[in-house]
Amino acid sequence: MNKNRLLAAAAVLAAATALTACSSGGGGGGATATSGSGASNCTNTIPKKDLPVVTMWGWYPNMQLVVDNFNKQNAEVQVCWTNVGQGSDEYDKFQTAISAGTGAPDVIMIEMDRIPTFQIQNALVDIKQHGFDAVKADYSEGAWKDVSVGGAVYGVPVDGGPMAMIYRKDLFEKYDITPPKTWAEYEQAAQKMKDAGGPAFGDFAANVSALTMALQIQKGAAPFTYDPAQRSSIGVKLNDQASKDVLEYWGGLAKKGLVGTQDQFTPEYISGVINGKYATYISAAWAPGYLTGAGVGKGEDIGKFAVAPLPQWDPANPVQVNWGGSAFSVTSQAKNPELAAKVAYGLYADKESLTHGWTNQIIFPLNLKALNDPEFVNLKVAFFDGQQANKEVYVPAANAYQGVTYSPFGQYYFDAMTKQVSALIEGSVTGAQAADLVQEDVAKYAKEQGFTVQ
Amino acid sequence: MIEKGAQSARDKPTTRGKVRLREHVMGWFFVGPFGIVFLALLIAPLAYALYLSLFQKKLIGGTSFVFLDNYVKAFTDPSFLSGSWFVIRFSLVSIPLQIIIALAMALILDAVTSLFARFSRLMIFLPYAIPTVIGAVMWGFLYSRSFGPLSDLFSLFGATPPDFLGSSLIFYGLVNIVTWQWAGYYMIILYAALQGIDPALYEAARMDGAGKWQIALRIKIPLIAPALLLILVFSLIGTLQFFNEPQILRSLAAGTIGPDFTPNMYAYQQAFALANFNYGSAISFALGGIVFVGVYAFLFFTRKRRSFL
Repeated sequence: MNKNRLLAAAAVLAAATALTACSSGGGGGGATATSGSGASNCTNTIPKKDLPVVTMWGWYPNMQLVVDNFNKQNAEVQVCWTNVGQGSDEYDKFQTAISAGTGAPDVIMIEMDRIPTFQIQNALVDIKQHGFDAVKADYSEGAWKDVSVGGAVYGVPVDGGPMAMIYRKDLFEKYDITPPKTWAEYEQAAQKMKDAGGPAFGDFAANVSALTMALQIQKGAAPFTYDPAQRSSIGVKLNDQASKDVLEYWGGLAKKGLVGTQDQFTPEYISGVINGKYATYISAAWAPGYLTGAGVGKGEDIGKFAVAPLPQWDPANPVQVNWGGSAFSVTSQAKNPELAAKVAYGLYADKESLTHGWTNQIIFPLNLKALNDPEFVNLKVAFFDGQQANKEVYVPAANAYQGVTYSPFGQYYFDAMTKQVSALIEGSVTGAQAADLVQEDVAKYAKEQGFTVQ
Repeated sequence: MIEKGAQSARDKPTTRGKVRLREHVMGWFFVGPFGIVFLALLIAPLAYALYLSLFQKKLIGGTSFVFLDNYVKAFTDPSFLSGSWFVIRFSLVSIPLQIIIALAMALILDAVTSLFARFSRLMIFLPYAIPTVIGAVMWGFLYSRSFGPLSDLFSLFGATPPDFLGSSLIFYGLVNIVTWQWAGYYMIILYAALQGIDPALYEAARMDGAGKWQIALRIKIPLIAPALLLILVFSLIGTLQFFNEPQILRSLAAGTIGPDFTPNMYAYQQAFALANFNYGSAISFALGGIVFVGVYAFLFFTRKRRSFL
């Protein structure tokens, strides 16, 4: 208990330092030095100082190693890497740099759901004419689809987020529960655990809209229809029956006290995961890396986690969905797009970096060189106590993933969703009302932004 | 003699004029650096933001001049209005609380002179020396229901701790953080004002038969009224611009604290997350308007007291 508290305190401190780092580091990484050793704001040291330098932003846990590998092997270009913050922290800075017209890096790591947001502002470069054919075969069709808008390609796929159900083996054994295969079984198991005086079965959080969206898509929702050939027209359907059903389902679980309602990615939630406050964690393939980074799976709770496929609505027609997953994009502020594209293609593509990424389960690679590697497929993941998680769960989920159409106003949509899910958790709206309100809010915003909404 | 005197008197204006001119030049020379910084870092950004706020940028269709449309939108925007209403309510609760605590502590520390008083003064002031960001992160930790000290305290009695990061208590959670942060600072200002009072007044009051309470209420407080007014205005402006603490706590309680929690946060969200610098600027100016009206109204109602200033 004491040690866990220390871990949690450490997590808070880490958050604090991250915050101060963000506020002081500001746009520091923005120096777009493409020639010589002018890049002074790099987190890494550049070994070959006489080569041209490409700047990049990214936040993978093992980025340092990947950048070092790349710089060591490359005789043509060097990478100056800065971590300007995770997720929206980075996007906010990029957004500011776009508006200012200066200050963006040459290459940037972005989650695939944000690509249309930046593409519509002409902030990203179509990398198709910059050596695309040479690497085309390294990624699946689906992976390319997620980084494409229309016929143009706006990023090199790096990691994916096939979803699954992580669970506590010790709790499942204690309460005699087998991993649920459907959402109906999930609810029954949750009820069983609660009746026996057990902890929350999972967590329904307001601050993870991307997760909620993925779960709605699993039930059959298609939030956006968007054809970039007709930029000014967009289909917004956030309150179809599937979306409502999923919100009703999770709102119901929360109301019955079967799942917690704690915001995720917070020290509070992590300490809950550490202390066995949640029996399952519905999340993506990157979750183990995130959890170990936050101190989970060490010490007392070592070997207590296992993973099972994501529960289904209709087991006869299983649907696999994605949460997160990211790509390296070349920004339109890159001084030398050709060189920047080389970096985007080359980073996280060498064997050593890929292997480090997947052996530590930090990233789920989309590079087929790794995905088809028997070593990767058969890996006994330490976090899951030696379970062959890739073979049993993640690879099949990734292979069955169909891809999604994202909107060019992802941030607004996620904020609107957070607001309504928060109200749903409080009990001031029903799931169906929440979906209607999100629809109304986002459709209004889309119209304000000049779109014709269908 | 007379002629000489007239002569010199005639001379004087010209020399004086030269001196005055030189004084002017010297004056501008001294004021110049400040003037340049003032224009470049205060007036120019304000003017630019005002200019931006008159335009509208859409994802489809680009930027167009809309004159005051953004302001019309702001004052009918539920997000802006609810945020503004929140900071107004917050001011009504937290400012009196901070001032009462600061005043009480200042009066106590002024009345007792011991080593302990000096130590207390330093300790009460200490929270102000801690950066707001660190303070907010620290309180986020203290409020935590699973690993903060609250959970220990409440589990002693077998109770569950209150959720200060939940939607029903976040208001009081923030009131507490702000009071903790600022009361000590205000206390120092009031204490300094108290130190400036002539002790002879106290002696005269005592000779007239006034007790300690009467001295405090009838002499000390009226005499430091200007300082009280000053900190009231400071805290009113500060609270209406509320940003740091909720923004930091957002990473711990995003569901409770939305991006439009306070007008300043909403402006930040519009500008930096949604790339809508135009509307963000308009919100900032609209907030500036509310602050101006609030402070003006406050000074208007306390105008009698202002004779002390």
